[in-house]
Amino acid sequence: MLTALISRLGQMVLVMFGISVVAFLIFFATPGADPSARIAGRNASQETLAQVRHDFGLDRPLPVRYALMMKRLFISRDLTSFVNRGQKVVPTVLEAIPITLSLVLGAAVFWVLGGLIVGVVAGATRGTWLDRTLMILSLIGVSIPVFWLGEVANLVTQSRWHDSWLFSWVPPLGYIPFTEDPWGWFKALVIPWFTLATLYIGLYGRVLRASIIETMQEDFIRTARAKGIGERRVLLHHGLRTSLVAFVTMFGLDFGALVGGGALLTEVVFGLQGVGKLTYGALQTLDLPMILATVIYASFFVVMANFIVDVVFVFIDPRVRDAH
Amino acid sequence: MPIDKMPPDRPLLVVENLCVSFRTEGGVVPAVSGVSFSLAQREILGVVGESGSGKSQTLLAILGLISSPNVVVTGSVRFLGQELLGLKRRALDAIRGRQIGMIFQDPMTALTPVHTIGDQIIEQIRAHERVSRAAARKRAVDLLDAVGLPSPDNAVDRYPHQLSGGMRQRAVIAMALSCNPALLIADEPTTALDVTVQAQILELIGRLRNEFGSAVILVTHDLGVVAEVADRVLVMYAGRVVEEGSKGQLFREPLHPYAWGLFGSIPPMQGPRPARLTAIPGSPPKLSQMPQGCAFGPRCTFRHEACAAQPALGGAGGHRSACFLPRDGRQDLRPTLAGRAVPA
Repeated sequence: MLTALISRLGQMVLVMFGISVVAFLIFFATPGADPSARIAGRNASQETLAQVRHDFGLDRPLPVRYALMMKRLFISRDLTSFVNRGQKVVPTVLEAIPITLSLVLGAAVFWVLGGLIVGVVAGATRGTWLDRTLMILSLIGVSIPVFWLGEVANLVTQSRWHDSWLFSWVPPLGYIPFTEDPWGWFKALVIPWFTLATLYIGLYGRVLRASIIETMQEDFIRTARAKGIGERRVLLHHGLRTSLVAFVTMFGLDFGALVGGGALLTEVVFGLQGVGKLTYGALQTLDLPMILATVIYASFFVVMANFIVDVVFVFIDPRVRDAH
Repeated sequence: MPIDKMPPDRPLLVVENLCVSFRTEGGVVPAVSGVSFSLAQREILGVVGESGSGKSQTLLAILGLISSPNVVVTGSVRFLGQELLGLKRRALDAIRGRQIGMIFQDPMTALTPVHTIGDQIIEQIRAHERVSRAAARKRAVDLLDAVGLPSPDNAVDRYPHQLSGGMRQRAVIAMALSCNPALLIADEPTTALDVTVQAQILELIGRLRNEFGSAVILVTHDLGVVAEVADRVLVMYAGRVVEEGSKGQLFREPLHPYAWGLFGSIPPMQGPRPARLTAIPGSPPKLSQMPQGCAFGPRCTFRHEACAAQPALGGAGGHRSACFLPRDGRQDLRPTLAGRAVPA
């Protein structure tokens, strides 16, 4: 068990090393992407360019530049932005992390609960009007673009009905740190949570329903029914429990991707200065150090989420436990 | 009513005119038509027939385990006088697992993969009796020991995938027995197992009656299994009972041409070796294209005008068959193996 864990951690490190190399090569070694021209500004003289190159270490061989970059990213942590000279990249990313994590964690709670309820209820009442209604609602949820839903939510809660009793509690757009004001944090995030979770509730509900319906055809469900334990227990303890594998796999991937910057649209719409928005801004200005930092940060979360999924599998599926 | 307070002559299970039909795109397809039988306490009833003859569907219908909305079950199933068909789920669950245990055909898929076999047995015990988890666990270990699982203390915490097929089938049997059921229904319990394990499982089922006092319905397509353990035998063909009798009657003097065919397919242990075993010509009818009259008619050597109607199950001395051939002298018609013996 322990050796499996360690080897898995080793794999994670290797994967992340690979990602950092690829990201570095894409952004720093692509022909035509000479960053010194951007840093020095328009029509800079050759001497200025050379000076800039030397300052940023851009005149050194590629492997050395990679090593230098990693050193400044992870060890001295003094990598500075190409665009906003003097802005340190690592602290900026670290500041954005709690915002994105707050957004995605809260949304994840909603979409896991919502997905479970929708999937189980629809799976158990298959073919009835309740099932059909839930499936139509899920389809609508999956189809609504998140930025549109967010803008509509803003329009309703920030503008049109903001002064009515319904939404007067909604604070202005932006993030309130949990440590400063937990209740304010909740109020500021609850609408973004629902907005982000809508798509996933629909998606997870539909996937879980299909998985439960499939599982409920299995022989062991017949055995469970023959035991006389009641349909609710058959459904939850045997049907749902066995169907969770697909659910957990999806959750790991989606969660990792969202924390890694995939929640960009929600962040932009609700004015949350999270990692997604940071990456987006950096890409617009081709701020290479910032891009590198956010890409590596994102890859870390995706890899980490996969690792956690693997660990959770060990608990929910005993067959995986023995496969090591 | 507890089983030990029952009058001993009262039948445990009475099935009358049980019909199971499937609604399909091509119309209503009958899988079981008019099956009737009764089962005495402590009796082992063998049900034989080939695949698709409605054996499994009969059992599933008895326990209310056919959940598809496209299946219609009619008739009557009375267990200790109580009608099971149409019973509310809660009342049915009080009987299933407690008074009627069921063993399924394929042990590889019959257990939930994500729970230990101990948990699955404990779950059943605690659904029906108010016992502590520890007491239920103790009983699970005892049960696993009783069905001959090696090192039951250890096996109780194992997951199904960690056990072999024979061990899993024993676990399924232990689970079916966990509440000392008055009736055990076994759907081809040995089909998926190799021969040595088969013999052990059959011995176990025979022992159950002696130790637990259970009656058993044993469905199989293996006549050897029936010969081993059954008291009485039903022969099913195309969803109907075509012959019923004690094991002795049926093996000594089968009455239905289909049963002749079945017994003719067993290699004789004595006498000259036949060149070929008799095979019944043709194949069983498709459920959707059931012939008019006797369903066995198209494959029967003795078909005559009367066979255009549906024969009723009849006969004296508890040995009944559904055939229009005259009872007297019917045995003379039975093809023998001797005529086709290989010259030595």
